Amino acid sequence: MTAEPDVTSRGQLVLRRFLRRRLAMLGFTIVLVLFAIAYLSPLFVAWQYDELDASAFLSPPTGEHWFGTTQNGFDMFALTMRGMQKSLVVGLVGAVLSTALAAIAGAFAGYFGRILNAAISAVMDLLLVLPGFLIVAILSPLFQGRTWLFFVLLLAAFQWMITARIVRGMTLSLKEREFVQAARFMGVPGWKIIFRHILPNMASLLIIDATVNVSSLILAEVGLSFFGFGIQPPDVSLGTLIGNYSNAALTFWWQFYLPAGFLVLLVLAVNLVGDGLRDAFDPNAPSRVT
Amino acid sequence: MEAAPILQVRDLSVTLDSEAGPVLAVRSVSYSVRPGEVFGIVGESGSGKSVSSLAVMSLLPSHARIRGSVLFRGQELLGQSDRALSRIRGRRIAMVFQDPLSALTPVYSVGDQIAEAILVHESMSREAATERAVELLALVGIPSPRHRATAFPHEFSGGMRQRAMIAMAIANRPDLIIADEPTTALDVTIQAQILQVLRTAQEVTGAAIILITHDMGIIAGMADRVGVMYAGKLVETGSVDDVFYRARMPYTLGLLGSIPRLDRGTHQALTPIEGTPPSLVDLPPGCPFESRCPLRIPSCREVEPPLLEMAASGPGHLAACHRSAEVERRDLKSADVFPAPPPHASDRDGAPRAELDQVLEVQDLVKHFPLVKGAILRRRVGTVHAVDGISFDIRRGETLGLVGESGCGKTTAIMEILNLLAPTSGRIVVFGRDTANITHRERFETRRDLQVVFQDPMASLDPRLPVHDILAEPLEAHGVPAVEHSARVRELLRLVGLEPQHASRYPQALSGGQRQRVGIARALALEPRLLVLDEPVSSLDVSIRAGVINLLEQLKKELGLSYLFVAHDLSVVRHIADRVAVMYLGRFVEIGAVDDVFDRPAHPYTQALLSAIPLPDPVKERTRTRIVLEGDLPDPSDPPTGCRFRTRCQKFSGELADAARRRCIEEQPALAARTGGPDHLDACHYAVTASVL
Ligand code: SF4
Ligand code: SF4
Repeated sequence: MTAEPDVTSRGQLVLRRFLRRRLAMLGFTIVLVLFAIAYLSPLFVAWQYDELDASAFLSPPTGEHWFGTTQNGFDMFALTMRGMQKSLVVGLVGAVLSTALAAIAGAFAGYFGRILNAAISAVMDLLLVLPGFLIVAILSPLFQGRTWLFFVLLLAAFQWMITARIVRGMTLSLKEREFVQAARFMGVPGWKIIFRHILPNMASLLIIDATVNVSSLILAEVGLSFFGFGIQPPDVSLGTLIGNYSNAALTFWWQFYLPAGFLVLLVLAVNLVGDGLRDAFDPNAPSRVT
Repeated sequence: MEAAPILQVRDLSVTLDSEAGPVLAVRSVSYSVRPGEVFGIVGESGSGKSVSSLAVMSLLPSHARIRGSVLFRGQELLGQSDRALSRIRGRRIAMVFQDPLSALTPVYSVGDQIAEAILVHESMSREAATERAVELLALVGIPSPRHRATAFPHEFSGGMRQRAMIAMAIANRPDLIIADEPTTALDVTIQAQILQVLRTAQEVTGAAIILITHDMGIIAGMADRVGVMYAGKLVETGSVDDVFYRARMPYTLGLLGSIPRLDRGTHQALTPIEGTPPSLVDLPPGCPFESRCPLRIPSCREVEPPLLEMAASGPGHLAACHRSAEVERRDLKSADVFPAPPPHASDRDGAPRAELDQVLEVQDLVKHFPLVKGAILRRRVGTVHAVDGISFDIRRGETLGLVGESGCGKTTAIMEILNLLAPTSGRIVVFGRDTANITHRERFETRRDLQVVFQDPMASLDPRLPVHDILAEPLEAHGVPAVEHSARVRELLRLVGLEPQHASRYPQALSGGQRQRVGIARALALEPRLLVLDEPVSSLDVSIRAGVINLLEQLKKELGLSYLFVAHDLSVVRHIADRVAVMYLGRFVEIGAVDDVFDRPAHPYTQALLSAIPLPDPVKERTRTRIVLEGDLPDPSDPPTGCRFRTRCQKFSGELADAARRRCIEEQPALAARTGGPDHLDACHYAVTASVL
């Protein structure tokens, strides 16, 4: 046997296996590049998202306006980049937050049971039956005038309940497994068992959930913006761009397809990363993909 | 001249597809079965024993490539159409599977299914078929068959289902019954019942039986001839006596030497076979056993040995080994071929038991579970008396074997101990601390000294943690600094006979034996004083088992451990334990020093249990008188009055007069010394020792 490198803990193994996956690395690179152009390009291009070009209304893509302009003469490229800045944060941070919330709430409710379970279940059920906008309406004074990042929190807060229920169910069955009992009999505290044994054993579910959340949060943001939250004109997000210009798809296509294309690219890249992570966590997946 | 074989298998080869590549599951296997004989096929998991018989029945998935020839009464079965085969399957050849639940349809009553099996092949009225079904159920020993015929499979216990399967198998008077591990999922006393039913079925139908099993004891008691399979090949075949007493292939010798014997006591040296069977995906040339064989010579690597007739034994004794002629000439036995560690002497360093420290004391332990019904409005409908007043203690350096069949409460008992909480009633004292009044802190500290090894290492090791993290977990939990983890992990791996490289593997990448070694290493990480071993070897293959048992014995001696060894396999307990407690329906029926209990069992249940275990010794098996218990374990939520064993007690039903029986019904017998030494206790009013081995 050739000398195996002295990499032994799970963190190291997962990282090594993740780095070996070409497609995952590709997806990861795309996400980084999207971040880079979203935040850096405004520094280099001529038109900013809130500048009007009175000489070009509804112009198709040209050398001057790479992605064309809107009917008011806003530069579509600048709008798309501005929108992507928002959507990347809403999608990625929101997805991770909501999945993390679901994982923790579900696992703690399932593992500790009793009062904690009853309390968390009550919150879950309440949020499931109450229409989201009602709560938003009630809470709106609280959020008025604050940074739009609060809004990411709010979005995540409406997203986690169903996953949390699945997590709770899986926790109930994982809790009976012998390796969890073994850890208990070793004296490992419950919260550690949850993070070390229970959640990693549902990593596939959580990762899939997070990747699905990315796109659904970006689109859900449109709905809440409608109620006057978060991203307000003249500011934009990919979601509002796609929502506003969806009826232009057949006529002035650039207004719809270019932002939509970036959303698709982002979602694809996130899926690749998700698949790679899932395989890296799963010891049964082949450790090397060519 | 012998009768023409009923089944003739020639050069049967089966290749299965897997993700890793084609698996050579069976490689040119040839054997024949004569009418009315029992041909046993033994092998470990992955040896191809089941695949080969499924191939005979053409029951393999379509991606399997089968070559060779299978002649059933001169008619070729391979390559036949499904329709032609279905005329033979079920009628001329029947199968009994390990898991009868999957072979019975859940939505039809058992009687209907048997009647259906008859009607497929025979033309008779539905009523007549139903009547036949009832007769068959009676034949296989199902009580009140007419009534039970209308029951559904899930209403049957495991043993009853297997009886129903046998009834279905013999419904059309087949010429050949293929029984694939028919008793593996069952308890020993039920296994004894089923084996007897199989014998009856054979007598009634005159069918030949192919009996596939991993248990050498069952083969010794049932088979006329045996084939031993290893890595997809038949490596030795012959009459049972030839194979058991004159084995010439090192693997067979190793297998025989690795089985702890119920009739041999603690002084038997177990010969472990090192290593694991080769991967069937890329099989090296030469003898498949080469990597594990102590007799290997250079040519074993290159040339695969053919099956050759052994000159000195009876005809039909074949072995596949380059050196079998030499083995025959020198008449080598297991212990000559395989290096065995010296048998362990009793290691309670001479001092009388009473003077040693108590590491665990259990007094009148009771655990009842509420039996609830209904999903929303849960109401209590009864109480399961899982553990109902057991008392024992374990002294330093001692191994107590706790034996009993599934449902007897042994698992509940150890879980109660491991939980370190106050029990429903009774007392648990671990290292002098009473669990009823210890602080959180003390409980945590006690966990250091009390560790557990579970039955199935696949289930007890987190599949998503590499071995290093698994072994570091207890260290971290008890505050061993992180910098010391790696060194300690390496040390632990070495202690249990693994390599440092194994630290970076996931449990799935290890073999069963290696996994269980990781489980043991984890339990040892904190240098405990008492280990609870919950069936630690029963999920392992026979040849691997010996290695783990030897390891446990060696560790016990080196580290001065005490064991609470829970098992249903009495042979293993006899080998490893100093004292043994036999449990039935939540109570102890007998407890004492291991030799006392095994050689002079006093309680009828212990006697039946011991007599139910097949010995890997054909002559002894043939001459033994067997006590076969009737019926199944009673419902633990409604145990019988008086003596809990009376519903199945052979003494109660066979020997006692009515007046004497009254006492069994009315008075619960207490655990007391009735038959001999003060340390040998039993719970039977009429205990008389008997030797059943
Ligand atoms: S052929 Fe060689 S390696 Fe194989 S069993 Fe015989 S002696 Fe051992
Ligand atoms: S007390 Fe009676 S029923 Fe119980 S084991 Fe003894 S003889 Fe059998």
